[in-house]
Amino acid sequence: MAQARANYEGVVLTAPMSLPYQRFSNQSAHWWLLGCLREMLASVAVRPDEIDGLTVSSFTLHPDSAVGFAQHSGLDLRWLEHIPMGGASGIVALQRAARAVQCGDANIIACLAGDTNQLDSFRQTLSRFSNFSNDAAWPDGSGGANGYFALLTDYYMRRFDTPREVFGKIAVDQRSNALLLEGAMMTRPLSLEAYLSARMIASPLGLFDCVMPCAGSESFLVMSEETARQRQLPFVRIKAVMEHHNAFASDPVQFRGGWQKEQDRFWRDAGCSPPDMNLIQTYDDYPVISVMQMEDLGFFPKGEAADFLMSRDLTWQGDFPHNTSGGQLSAGQAGAAGGFIGLVEAVRQLTGQAGKRQVAAARLGLVSGFGMVNYDRGVCSGAAVLEGAV
Amino acid sequence: MAEIGESRLPQPVKKNPQLKTAAPLVPPLRRSRLGLRLAGFAARGEFCLPFCSACEKAVWPPRDACPTCLAELAWQEVGNQGQLIAESVLETSPELYFRGRMPWRIGTVRLACGPSIMAHLHQQVQVGEQVEMGLHLDKAQRAVFMAYKNREGGSVNEDSQLRELTSDPKYRRVLISDARSPAGLALAKALAGAEAREIFAGVAESWRRDAVLDALEALDHVTLVPLDLTDSSSVKELAAEIGGKVDILIHTADQPRPGGLLDGSSLTIAQEMQDRLVTGYMRLASHFGPAMRGRGADGVNSATAFVTILSVYAHANWPSYGTHSACHAAVYSLSQCLRSEMLGSGVRVVNAYTGPLEQDWYESVLPPKLDPQRLARDLIKGLQQGLEDIYIGDVARDVASRFREDAKLLEIELTGGARE
Repeated sequence: MAQARANYEGVVLTAPMSLPYQRFSNQSAHWWLLGCLREMLASVAVRPDEIDGLTVSSFTLHPDSAVGFAQHSGLDLRWLEHIPMGGASGIVALQRAARAVQCGDANIIACLAGDTNQLDSFRQTLSRFSNFSNDAAWPDGSGGANGYFALLTDYYMRRFDTPREVFGKIAVDQRSNALLLEGAMMTRPLSLEAYLSARMIASPLGLFDCVMPCAGSESFLVMSEETARQRQLPFVRIKAVMEHHNAFASDPVQFRGGWQKEQDRFWRDAGCSPPDMNLIQTYDDYPVISVMQMEDLGFFPKGEAADFLMSRDLTWQGDFPHNTSGGQLSAGQAGAAGGFIGLVEAVRQLTGQAGKRQVAAARLGLVSGFGMVNYDRGVCSGAAVLEGAV
Repeated sequence: MAEIGESRLPQPVKKNPQLKTAAPLVPPLRRSRLGLRLAGFAARGEFCLPFCSACEKAVWPPRDACPTCLAELAWQEVGNQGQLIAESVLETSPELYFRGRMPWRIGTVRLACGPSIMAHLHQQVQVGEQVEMGLHLDKAQRAVFMAYKNREGGSVNEDSQLRELTSDPKYRRVLISDARSPAGLALAKALAGAEAREIFAGVAESWRRDAVLDALEALDHVTLVPLDLTDSSSVKELAAEIGGKVDILIHTADQPRPGGLLDGSSLTIAQEMQDRLVTGYMRLASHFGPAMRGRGADGVNSATAFVTILSVYAHANWPSYGTHSACHAAVYSLSQCLRSEMLGSGVRVVNAYTGPLEQDWYESVLPPKLDPQRLARDLIKGLQQGLEDIYIGDVARDVASRFREDAKLLEIELTGGARE
């Protein structure tokens, strides 16, 4: 019997910050990360010299890592992590930072994610993403993520007999959420008819199954509850966190992820269950991935997305609020910031700072991450249950 | 969903010189060193994957240890049967090569020997079906997989995605550099049978009539052209005239003469051989190469292959024909240089290796000796399959496998064999 996992008592998240996304930017990744850090610190009146811990997630920071960024930023740090886990970066940063604060390794940790999107950044990132991708995926039509997820979606739809309408439902409801977000890439309403009739990008994926690459950055702070209270900052607590990497590696095509392996322990740690969630934020690089996270985290059985989702309202004012800032499908995919967008939005919602799209009486939220299609599937998965302070 | 059917390749149209020739873009070149290894197998048409002998499973993508037991892996020929389990028709790509060739069909094949592999899809295959996988070089001369229903089927090459991976003579114009060589006539006949559109038969001293010339002239689609490989201006003039119309060049010239350095040597003969074979290759490459390099993406009859018939003893000297082996070794070395210079053009530098042929200059050599018809047939089959290194006949395959196993041992065998 494995040792019980220690809880995250006494540690909180605060200071959710997003820089409004831009389709293209001639600024560097450093500029986007530093801008977000500056705005975040200003929003909670924390001075740079009070930050003694830092996590950094970014694709376009290369050849710099968190080390180069640390020197660039001028921060004087006792604790530093580079978290290259793409869409799982937010959950993993939160987990690492929470333990560091809990153990006294650092007092206030800034967790940053962001990327620039210069005119050719997207192709450059894809064409040298990983050895596996260079050897075995990119040469096959160079569809990039669209191609790999098309195969994954095709397999999923055949195996579970899932109609495109289910994925359309996710995209359409998120679009109405995004209409209330400053800097969202998508600014016009989307109907299910428009989703279904849009041109194909990589069958069975159509235009509105795919994210728009853009520049942007997201961040939050991790500190002790005591510190947050002293500074009178609104915060959220961590009920449970999980991460799992390279699960089900021998599945011929991915149709499940590490969440499934952690599901029971995760909800036991959290002391609550899926129906208790007031909102959920999933990693939505493609709608099928959101569905997979909901299934594997226990919101409904595998393959039964249509029954569960089609009768619900997934908008911020609905009965199953999902990706309340529009997610990447409507806000845009700002590289590694895509691994933070749901987490930052959850902190915003659970601290009552979501403005016009505030979910009523939001106390408990689930955030889920999915990262790094190194070859044909996402390797990293993670999830957290957060609770607003009462 | 994809239209599945037997759509045929378009017929080539007469080139309009006022229109821009499509730039010869190629698919991604970048591979890890392990990934590059696969191109060596694809070049020879072998279907090899990294294999764990402890788990008895093939793995993919290439890696440095077995993902089940962490044992070291060895490349091994494995079965190419599998099932197509997912597909997609790509409509967009940020890579220019694919962008210009959309829609492009890809799929996931689960091989019976273990791994799932992403592959190009032949138009004849559908999800759920059993498929055969082939390992091919693409226009970047890097290895990719393609799935078909049946590789040997009649119209299998009538597929635009497969056409990109092969150097099929169908619809193409072919120059035979020395049609009087033993393989010349056999090749001209076989190329006509493979539906080459036009065959230029290079002939030096055409006033010197013989039966081969008469036979060539009697063939459909064959045009005799003046080409003397020992004369730079002859090569230059022909290149100026037809260089832009040569889609496949097959260099057939040979001059096998027995003798080494001390025994039966003649510097005059060696010098002639060198001029014709080595410098001749350089003349051909330097005059025809640039035009071919510019036409690597010129429609259905783009320039596709610069082929040389080489003695397999280019790999290791056969002292009975010592100076002859040396000339072929020099051409082999030059072909490697040409491969580098052609990289990025989509034109493949193909070498076809043979042992001694059934001809007068090998009269005192024991069999097996290669029949020119067999040479022609296997060479064309190699082009249709998209090979880069074609080993034709028992001797060539034997010497090549010994060379790959241990080059030094082959040298000892070849140089000491006469004293048994």
